[in-house]
Amino acid sequence: MRPPELTEDEIVAFLDECLEVEFSFVKNEIPAAAIKQLPRQQQDFILNLINRVADTNIELAYQLACGAVRALKEMDQHMVEEWAMTAADDYDRKGLFPAMSVIRDLDNFIHSAHERAYGALLEDQIGVLLPFVHGLAGRKLKLEAADSTYTDTETIFLPPVLAIFSDKKQNFLLYKATVAHHWAQIQFGTFRADLTRLPEDQLVKFCALETVRLDARIQHELPGLYRQMLSLQRNFENTQPSQYNAELFRLLGDANASVQTTIDLLDKVPYSECPGTRIYQGTINPQAVAATMAKRIFREKALFRGALSEIAEEMTAAQDLTNADEKEPAKFKIRDRDETTKIRRDAIQLEFEGNLVAPPAHVKELMSSIIVDFGEIPPEYLVAADPGEYDLTVADRTLSPKDVWQGTYHQEGAQLYNEWNFKRQHYHKNWCVLREIEVEPVYDSFVADTLEKYSRLLRSLRNTFELMRGEDKLLKKQPHGDDIDIDALVEAYADVKSGMEMNDRLFTKMHKEERNVAVIFMVDMSGSTKGWINKAERESLILLAEVLEVLQDRYAIYGFSSMTRKRCELFRIKAFDDPYDAETKARISNIQPQDYTRMGVFIRHVIRHFSEVEASTKLMITLSDGKPDDYDTYRGEYGVEDTRQALFEARRDGIHSFCITIDEEATDYLPHMYGAANYTVIDDVASLPFKVSDIYRRLTT
Amino acid sequence: MKSKALKPEEHYIKEEPYYQPVGEEIQVFETAYKQQLPVLLKGPTGCGKTRFMEHMAWKLQRPLITVSCHDDLTASDLVGRFLITSGETTWIDGPLASAVRHGAICYLDEIVEARKDTTVVIHPLADDRRILPMEKVGELLEATPEFCLAISYNPGYQSVMKDLKQSTRQRFVALEFDYPNAELEAEIIINETGVNADTARQLVKFAHMTRDLKGSGLDEGASTRLLVHAAKLMHDDISPVVACQTAIAQAITDDHDMLVAMSELSSSLF
Ligand SMILES: Nc1ncnc2c1ncn2[C@@H]1O[C@H](COP(=O)(O)OP(=O)(O)OP(=O)(O)O)[C@@H](O)[C@H]1O
Ligand SMILES: [Mg+2]
Repeated sequence: MRPPELTEDEIVAFLDECLEVEFSFVKNEIPAAAIKQLPRQQQDFILNLINRVADTNIELAYQLACGAVRALKEMDQHMVEEWAMTAADDYDRKGLFPAMSVIRDLDNFIHSAHERAYGALLEDQIGVLLPFVHGLAGRKLKLEAADSTYTDTETIFLPPVLAIFSDKKQNFLLYKATVAHHWAQIQFGTFRADLTRLPEDQLVKFCALETVRLDARIQHELPGLYRQMLSLQRNFENTQPSQYNAELFRLLGDANASVQTTIDLLDKVPYSECPGTRIYQGTINPQAVAATMAKRIFREKALFRGALSEIAEEMTAAQDLTNADEKEPAKFKIRDRDETTKIRRDAIQLEFEGNLVAPPAHVKELMSSIIVDFGEIPPEYLVAADPGEYDLTVADRTLSPKDVWQGTYHQEGAQLYNEWNFKRQHYHKNWCVLREIEVEPVYDSFVADTLEKYSRLLRSLRNTFELMRGEDKLLKKQPHGDDIDIDALVEAYADVKSGMEMNDRLFTKMHKEERNVAVIFMVDMSGSTKGWINKAERESLILLAEVLEVLQDRYAIYGFSSMTRKRCELFRIKAFDDPYDAETKARISNIQPQDYTRMGVFIRHVIRHFSEVEASTKLMITLSDGKPDDYDTYRGEYGVEDTRQALFEARRDGIHSFCITIDEEATDYLPHMYGAANYTVIDDVASLPFKVSDIYRRLTT
Repeated sequence: MKSKALKPEEHYIKEEPYYQPVGEEIQVFETAYKQQLPVLLKGPTGCGKTRFMEHMAWKLQRPLITVSCHDDLTASDLVGRFLITSGETTWIDGPLASAVRHGAICYLDEIVEARKDTTVVIHPLADDRRILPMEKVGELLEATPEFCLAISYNPGYQSVMKDLKQSTRQRFVALEFDYPNAELEAEIIINETGVNADTARQLVKFAHMTRDLKGSGLDEGASTRLLVHAAKLMHDDISPVVACQTAIAQAITDDHDMLVAMSELSSSLF
């Protein structure tokens, strides 16, 4: 039987409760009157949604309640939910007012929702577009959303949504074509001419003519893409695209045509004969180009010549001891593999004193970027820099701590860490600020209570761990031992048969090896652990510390909590060298829930700690209660992917990671982050203290 | 029971294996061979190391004995062991001993995969003593001038566990292999598969695209071997985009976005 519709009173009562009416004084009768008209299923849906948003902000939830009925008329439930969540998200990111305007401006949301239905979002496509453009060779370009479409020669700026076609695939292809067109501008030398002095109307003409030249190059290099570009244009104009004027095409399509060819044509071709605009051509922004290029050219010249002087030094180090005082700057050459054919990008070779040089990867990348700007490596670049000629620290500046935080967040003892942006497939440099903070010891009865509560368990745990003190290993071919080594026996038998002396190493023996384990425990101190979970975590740590003392493994304990990337705090409870004494126990006692869980930065910090420890087994065990998550955009996939990347870095450094969690949904994301075998989900918080020691035992035997 | 010893005489290569030289590797190898120096082939997977060995074995008219190393490979697996057959014990040469005895070329593929203690047995063979001590039979097997030891190693896998020890690597003349330059690689593809020059050139371009993505999303770019695979598919009328996707992209990554990006790249090229 279907449940009956809710009455107005019931709805008011529900809203009063979740909108905390005694503090907020909102008038719930108004929305209730409207919600009453809905069928029960929709009532439940909307009340549930209001309740969820109320967690974020009550005012926002109230607005939602008032607009909900109209929204349900205009959109399906899925979209309504998205509408409410967009508002909640905006609240987190930008504050109450922008969030309210999402709710109030329903029409606008509906319009953009339609756009989203068939449009392509840059955000969604960047994971594909970025490797696409990187695969196209040349400089490693960046992609960014902006109001107009152009490139500054390092970044291609693109609209955040493309919804020109009523088909997602076509809109995606338009992104692809646009990216390729701007890549072609950079790659085929559009900016080798100074365009800043072209008057506005000439620039428009230039754009049109240059597109003909670039299209021809693309047609030659990437014929498949060119076909796709043509078909996009055709679909857009709904007719066969206007043919390029044959004479123009002959001139600009020539393999030797350069940007100069286009410029020479500017005065000869009347405006009326210019080809029409192609949808992927965007605009040209000569100022942005000039500014970026000037900076880069200075920087790359300095870096390249600096790199050459390093290479020269390495290559002459052996023989050049005699006349070291009076040195000419080292000169390099470009080796032309074949005089008749032009130098090809992949064939360019650097030569020094008659020897071929194999430049390291970052120098190769520099070279390809320089060639993109000049079409060659200019001769003045091929002279190694004098020591002190450039201040390379200025040229090669990645952000210094001061630049990042302009002094406001930077404090003594702050350390900076990169963060992985999976959509862009690239690290935000020095993105997170981490400080290590000592937990104040609190001398209360917690430790004594815990030891008392688990006294029996502890006794058996101690016994178990006693046995693990040395790693048991089966040694083969021993002169004495517990068992017969069959392989050795067969071999010895064969030896005897062939007239040799019988080998007496015929036994296997168990051998205890020194344990050489270092482990860091990372304890989730996010706000969500408040109460039960926090207590279970602390109890687990006490038990664990007790048994680790038996084992004599080296261990450290840290708690972590974050509030945006600018405040990541690692709470030191026990460093490797700290003894497990009354003070350490009192610190465990005072582990308190704080804010959020920005996992990646903490893992990277642990990696740094481990790099200072010698141990044959390095283990990081995380106790957690949920997904990586922070107050800002460190949510969902972003947080998961950054954490995964950080774990990957850890693995590269020989650190094993394991996660113990009580989040029942953990199977959705933990296997992706840690790998299928490297986590455990504990369904009952109370059993955490029992489980943790047991898991540790399994992991290290 | 028949003994299962290797018969080096069955390992002569009778027809010339196609090998396209990339640098001076053939001359260097020949000279090293003449001078009785062992050779180390370094390079990424699928760049022609195995093919090169086959070619050299043919050229030098020696049998080629290849051992693919793995972490269970013991010294006895290389040198040999006693077997008991109906109460009698017989000594069976391992592939290495057999190669030494018959003056063959012994190629130990992916040497770092073998256990550390296994690697050591080749040390006396790989310096100027050129001997293989066979403790079991109390014999010091001395290599004839025809014998040649070659090993391969891929420095790309940067694992501390799998690094070649200095005491091992410093015994060898090292030949570095890399993917051939564009023209040569296209030529190899044409020769191996019979596709036309245009197709081969575009395939090589595609390979360069994936190699540019190494480190930004891909662990490895496409090897020459994968290009040959794709070209074979295309030669038999599989469409270029499908061939690139199945023979190349899927072989180098599982990442969804990366796979889509590669299919966009190949559809741009063809
Ligand atoms: N220089 C070359 N001449 C001819 N064929 C080549 C050459 N380089 C690569 N190939 C082709 O690539 C294929 C793979 O080469 P090969 O098996 O020799 O690689 P490898 O370097 O031994 O790889 P791995 O390290 O994975 O064993 C060959 O079967 C051949 O088709
Ligand atoms: Mg091989």
